[in-house]
Amino acid sequence: MLRPSASFILDQRESLSSPPPNLAPPATMAPKPPIQAGSGAGYYAARAEHHAVSSHWLAQAQAAVDGGPAKPGLSESHGDRHRDRENASFSVIDEFNFWRKKPDLAEAVAAIMALAAVIRTSEATTMMELEIELKKASDTLKSWDTTSISLSAGCDLFMRHVTRTSALEYEDFDAAKARLIERGERFGEISLRARKTIAMLSQDFIFDGCTILVHGFSRVVLEVLRLAASSGKLFRVFCTEGRPDKTGLRLSTELVGLGIPVKLLIDSAVAYNIDEVDMVFVGADGVVESGGIINMMGTYQIALVAHSMNKPVYVAAESYKFARLYPLDQKDLAPALRSVDFGVPVPTAVEVETSARDYTPPQYLTLLFTDLGVLTPSVVSDELIQLYL
Amino acid sequence: MDARRVSRMVIDPKVRQVGFVTPGASSEPMKHIIESSSMASSSSELTPSGNSLSPVMIPPPRHAIPVPVPSPLRRPSIGDNMPLGSYNPSDSLLGASPTISPSSRNDDDNPYSGIPSVDLSDEFSPRWIDRTNSGTISNTKADDFGHKLPQLASSFPFSSNLTAVSMVKMPLPRRGAGEVETNHSMSSKPLKEKTSKAERRALQEAQRAAKAASKETGGDKQAVAFGEGANPNAKQAKSAKPPPQKKDGAPGASSGATSEKKGVDRPPEKERKKDVPAPRMQFDDTQRVEKAKRRALVKPTETMNRVELFRHLPQYVHGAQLPALESKFFEVDQMHPHPAVYRVGLQYLTGDISGGNARCVAMLMAFQEAIKDYTIPLEKVLIRDLTAKINSYVSFLITCRPLSISMGNAIKFLKARIAKLSVTLSESEAKAALQSDISRFINEKIVLADKVIVRHAVTKIRDGDVLLTYGSSCVVEMILCYAHELGKQFRVVVVDSRPKLEGQALLRRLLAKGLSCTYIHINAISYIMHEVTRVFLGASSVLSNGTVYSRVGTACVAMVAHAFHVPVLICCEAYKFHERVQLDSICSNELGDPDALSKVHGRKDLNHLENWANNEKLQLLNLTYDATPSDYVSMIVTDYGMVPPTSVPVIVREYLREHLLI
Repeated sequence: MLRPSASFILDQRESLSSPPPNLAPPATMAPKPPIQAGSGAGYYAARAEHHAVSSHWLAQAQAAVDGGPAKPGLSESHGDRHRDRENASFSVIDEFNFWRKKPDLAEAVAAIMALAAVIRTSEATTMMELEIELKKASDTLKSWDTTSISLSAGCDLFMRHVTRTSALEYEDFDAAKARLIERGERFGEISLRARKTIAMLSQDFIFDGCTILVHGFSRVVLEVLRLAASSGKLFRVFCTEGRPDKTGLRLSTELVGLGIPVKLLIDSAVAYNIDEVDMVFVGADGVVESGGIINMMGTYQIALVAHSMNKPVYVAAESYKFARLYPLDQKDLAPALRSVDFGVPVPTAVEVETSARDYTPPQYLTLLFTDLGVLTPSVVSDELIQLYL
Repeated sequence: MDARRVSRMVIDPKVRQVGFVTPGASSEPMKHIIESSSMASSSSELTPSGNSLSPVMIPPPRHAIPVPVPSPLRRPSIGDNMPLGSYNPSDSLLGASPTISPSSRNDDDNPYSGIPSVDLSDEFSPRWIDRTNSGTISNTKADDFGHKLPQLASSFPFSSNLTAVSMVKMPLPRRGAGEVETNHSMSSKPLKEKTSKAERRALQEAQRAAKAASKETGGDKQAVAFGEGANPNAKQAKSAKPPPQKKDGAPGASSGATSEKKGVDRPPEKERKKDVPAPRMQFDDTQRVEKAKRRALVKPTETMNRVELFRHLPQYVHGAQLPALESKFFEVDQMHPHPAVYRVGLQYLTGDISGGNARCVAMLMAFQEAIKDYTIPLEKVLIRDLTAKINSYVSFLITCRPLSISMGNAIKFLKARIAKLSVTLSESEAKAALQSDISRFINEKIVLADKVIVRHAVTKIRDGDVLLTYGSSCVVEMILCYAHELGKQFRVVVVDSRPKLEGQALLRRLLAKGLSCTYIHINAISYIMHEVTRVFLGASSVLSNGTVYSRVGTACVAMVAHAFHVPVLICCEAYKFHERVQLDSICSNELGDPDALSKVHGRKDLNHLENWANNEKLQLLNLTYDATPSDYVSMIVTDYGMVPPTSVPVIVREYLREHLLI
């Protein structure tokens, strides 16, 4: 089954050309440099239609191709030779979509693979040219979905990682390029393996007879639970319903398929059930510099409840989700909006909270399971500083 | 939940390697170590070979060895011996002013300073000995030795064991060679673990021999000194920085032994010297205070009623030095600092220049001017002489006002630059290089850093915000002005406190720019806090446990903000970070003028404290700084971006060393 990754911007661009009428005006949100809050398109809005994915993918790919040439066109106008025009068949977005179509491949990883392909197919003759090309490709990818934290973080990390040591160290361009390709591919490999690594690392924390509360549909968390189940651990899982996307329903069907006992809770029943819970497991859309996470709406309140009941909150997140953002509070984020379906008509005078994700501050998190190891929240910033500065 | 975790081994180094480890990145710290070790070993041609690990393999122990005693390993001449802010003002006061002739310092102090190279560490800092020796006890001891040892020595030239034993038995309070010995053994401990038994034995033997030999000669000297007063040899040994080779007094056995020990000990000592912060001057230590006073240019008057808990801090009558300094301005004195430095010092004293950045920039500019006018004296080396000069300037500035941590860091930078000057440079080239270094420091670390901080912080200001600030921080002011220029709609609450009322000046400047402001005193903080959305605070320094060392009252504001769940943003340039850890605001602080508390301007009727100094039961405490625990800080905005307070040590570790080496 094809599973779309976290971004639905383009679906939205196609389907709803105008934002829902009663969206909160983004005027109060300070625009943040890394992520423009410009597009009003929904972030999670298409989750409901997940089952009808394949046609969407096609549409999406089509849209990407349509939108794609505009941007590379700009780069070509930068005074490149016809060689580039011959090569115009290669586009980052195509490559990106190719990778994205693979099931279970996160979109950040797809971006990383696409960027690695950019280096490979590049015909630049100087390091500077190559770097500019790479930069443009990553900008294109980022603008493809401006609300996705992991996509932009993945692109940034790739750029940082690949071009970190000054390319001028190598006198020979070919050697330097080979080096970059090698590094890019290794980075892609690491990112591909990340989920497995995390699943291995977190096995020590799942013990027989425990009850795990899970919120949202996270492929990493699913991988963790799958590995635990396959290694014979006995545990049960509470899934929240995950309104309005019904992510919990999806997760529970997956888990039942693995033979794990599952109980489905409505989102408001978390506190009622928390004393039976031994640990909370969540994924993350992005891990920010403070060590907190940005995740699906509702994570914050679950973390608060768990914190007040002294239950550990574990976050499983790949390190390409580490983003250089530092939200101070909930509203200090570029909002990702989605439409909420209440099932009954809502009077237009009623304002609806449409934000799709919230920010959980680090003091409510116990540990982060990443492919860099099991980290306390404060280490995230250390890693980011070491990487970016 | 802890009990349920099956195993704790989770963070496996192998796993950590999985991440974004670029080859360049991993080799970088190593390079550092190599550099520092090569630096360390280059000064001693005897590199450790047999029984010490290669320094490349051992990352420098950062505070690994707790050293409660004053570090005996500081050499006065090289760059790192300088006061690091207001917390150890005495160090340079005591040791580093070069204008004091050697003879003037050792009339009353210890007879052991006549001993050439009692021990290796002693050899490095004879200064330490005369600083810490308590006169009376060591004098009596010295008499003993002076009388007994010569005979002993002459009759049993190899009676080393005997004397060594007597050495060991010495009572603890005597802080002479005995302590040097303990220190020495501490410093060489990590190495000793690796040596074989035989090697250890040999080392011990050598140490004993060295000690005995030195004692003999010491005894000899003492005897001579008794007979005819001053001994030129002793004096030479005592003078501030005699290179080891010049110690001619020691017999062959001793020098051989010391050199051997030096080979063993030197690199770790060097490293430790860099890592262990200098002992702070404790102003309740009367002997050291006496010594410090003798060296000071001006004699500050001590206050009568000192606050008990803060006796370790300098408590002087404020403004008393000013007339004396002013009258001395035109005197031509050897101790006299450069006029530019003098002017800056006076400005500190009168409070004309205040604020971390302003003080730091003023000091650097003054140094720049002083360097411009500097000429190398005959038979002196620029590196050494200029360092000494800077030391004397710094100690002068300290008499005017204790240094801030930022100034300490700037001085550290300057000295590192001086020490790194290549010998081949001509005088004018060296001076030009230093001056450009200083302007670069001001530019990069202060001016540009502020700009970056402003850029970062402005992203956290939204329309409709109510921003609160306390006191007057220049970075915060720049942030507010810049946000206003960007057209953001926000309101500012300026919180102020007696006695300085610095907020009023800030308020006036903000109003002049057209911002809408509210002005309150800190008493009303809990009333106003509920409408505030962000708190912006400046800092004098950020310490490596995330503690923010800032204007007194900052902690209070931060705590109230925390209680109201208002984010607290600390804006601080990275050059003000310091690797020290501080848990309270008592152990290091600066005391302001207590009179400022007793008088209220414009209120003649409030004269209840008029003659407070005569009442011995009353003490007024006017603290200047306080320490805000990191729990109350949401974010630190620095030139490296916005980081949580837990990441300060990373920045200190990764970048502060680089700072000094830019």
